[in-house]
Amino acid sequence: MATGTKQTFPAGIGVEFQQVEKRYGVRFALRGISLRIAAGESVGLVGANGSGKTTLLKVAARLIRPSAGKVQFSSAETSVVSMVGHSILLYDDLTADENLVLFARLYGMEGSRERAAAALESAGLGGRGADLVRTFSRGMRQRLSIARALLPGPGLLLLDEPATGLDAAGQQWLGETLARLRAQGCTLLMSTHGRSETHALLTRAVRLEAGQVAKDSGPSGDPQRVLATALAAPQEA
Amino acid sequence: MALLRPTTILLGKELRSEFRTRELLTTTWVFVLTVLVLFSFTFDPTQAESRRFGPGLLWLALLFAGSLMLHPSFAREQVNDTLAALRMAPIEPVSIIASKILANLCFLLVAELFLLPIFAVIYNLSLVPILGQLVLVLLLGTLALSTVGTVFSAISSQARMRELLLPLLLLPLLAPALIASTEATRGLLEDPPVLSLPWTGLLAAFDIIFLTVTWLFGEYLLEE
Repeated sequence: MATGTKQTFPAGIGVEFQQVEKRYGVRFALRGISLRIAAGESVGLVGANGSGKTTLLKVAARLIRPSAGKVQFSSAETSVVSMVGHSILLYDDLTADENLVLFARLYGMEGSRERAAAALESAGLGGRGADLVRTFSRGMRQRLSIARALLPGPGLLLLDEPATGLDAAGQQWLGETLARLRAQGCTLLMSTHGRSETHALLTRAVRLEAGQVAKDSGPSGDPQRVLATALAAPQEA
Repeated sequence: MALLRPTTILLGKELRSEFRTRELLTTTWVFVLTVLVLFSFTFDPTQAESRRFGPGLLWLALLFAGSLMLHPSFAREQVNDTLAALRMAPIEPVSIIASKILANLCFLLVAELFLLPIFAVIYNLSLVPILGQLVLVLLLGTLALSTVGTVFSAISSQARMRELLLPLLLLPLLAPALIASTEATRGLLEDPPVLSLPWTGLLAAFDIIFLTVTWLFGEYLLEE
């Protein structure tokens, strides 16, 4: 796997959820979530389907406005909050290269073509830059999606089940990439559903149930215990 | 500048995607052509009748084509949730809408560029002497169509029955602009041709009002 150009990242950004609620009609997706994640932490969100993991990530990404409560960041520079979503957040009708150049330019990055080429290389897609994204396999699309999220050098990276669609090599690449980000101080907040290479990176785990924090290992607790309990529990289909 | 740069970048993306697939342009072109040809066979108009009914038929065809073309404008962003990626970027949210308004304006104008000569031939109308004024009316009317259509495409894309919702919202709101466009075009087809300032002014005012409202409230249209 190509390692590509090493990218440097700004200092991590912390995030604090204060009594955050999100309602869709009469249904609560989040109920009074209070959670303080310090800069540089690697936090795993676990829980059954519908427990509020994705909604919480979208609130942190400022894609969803909370119905009540608020979200605060430790830095005003929130443009470096990036997300790997359930969907790939890429245009099928553009090539891999065009997609990355587009986002590099939107983030106002100098040398967008070189940055895009380096990001493709580091995602192991160096030879596929001129191909339309629609021709990519699920795993390649996921790699490209992660490369797009890393492009602006995020201080806070939100990941919604990032290992989805990745094969063993892809999962290893993801684990190495996130380990490098963590070492550089980037804050990671990721939802996870099954066992993954990324679990070893976590410094904290939070289990959500029906939109509430059911268990939090805390910054100094053992995240693996919370993960093990959550993953052993039967998951709703 | 904060608005211009991202708008230009996103407009480039819209144009590149469309000219690569030509999905919207082909569909719209075929649709408008079919409507114009069908109308001409149904009415078999004399030149006097063409002058009276032609403008209405033209704008009706463009309205239908517009509602066809405008619907995918934001629906396309839902395929891979790309709107979320754009919203996370450090750009003015209204630049996303502005780029789509400009892209839709371009697509509709390209469609009109091909269809206007065919319209002139089918309805036996000489458009060359009034071309400059006609382009002005088409530009203002098409801008109204693309502005309102893009805004409601953003609103309806997140709703159930979105295909039904867009025309339902679009038609009543566009009525003043369509009437003004039709009347201004009809004036140009009269003998001698007259550019109706009240109707053209109304069109310009409609455009300014809707562009201003979009600029002020565009950010809220993009929220989930």
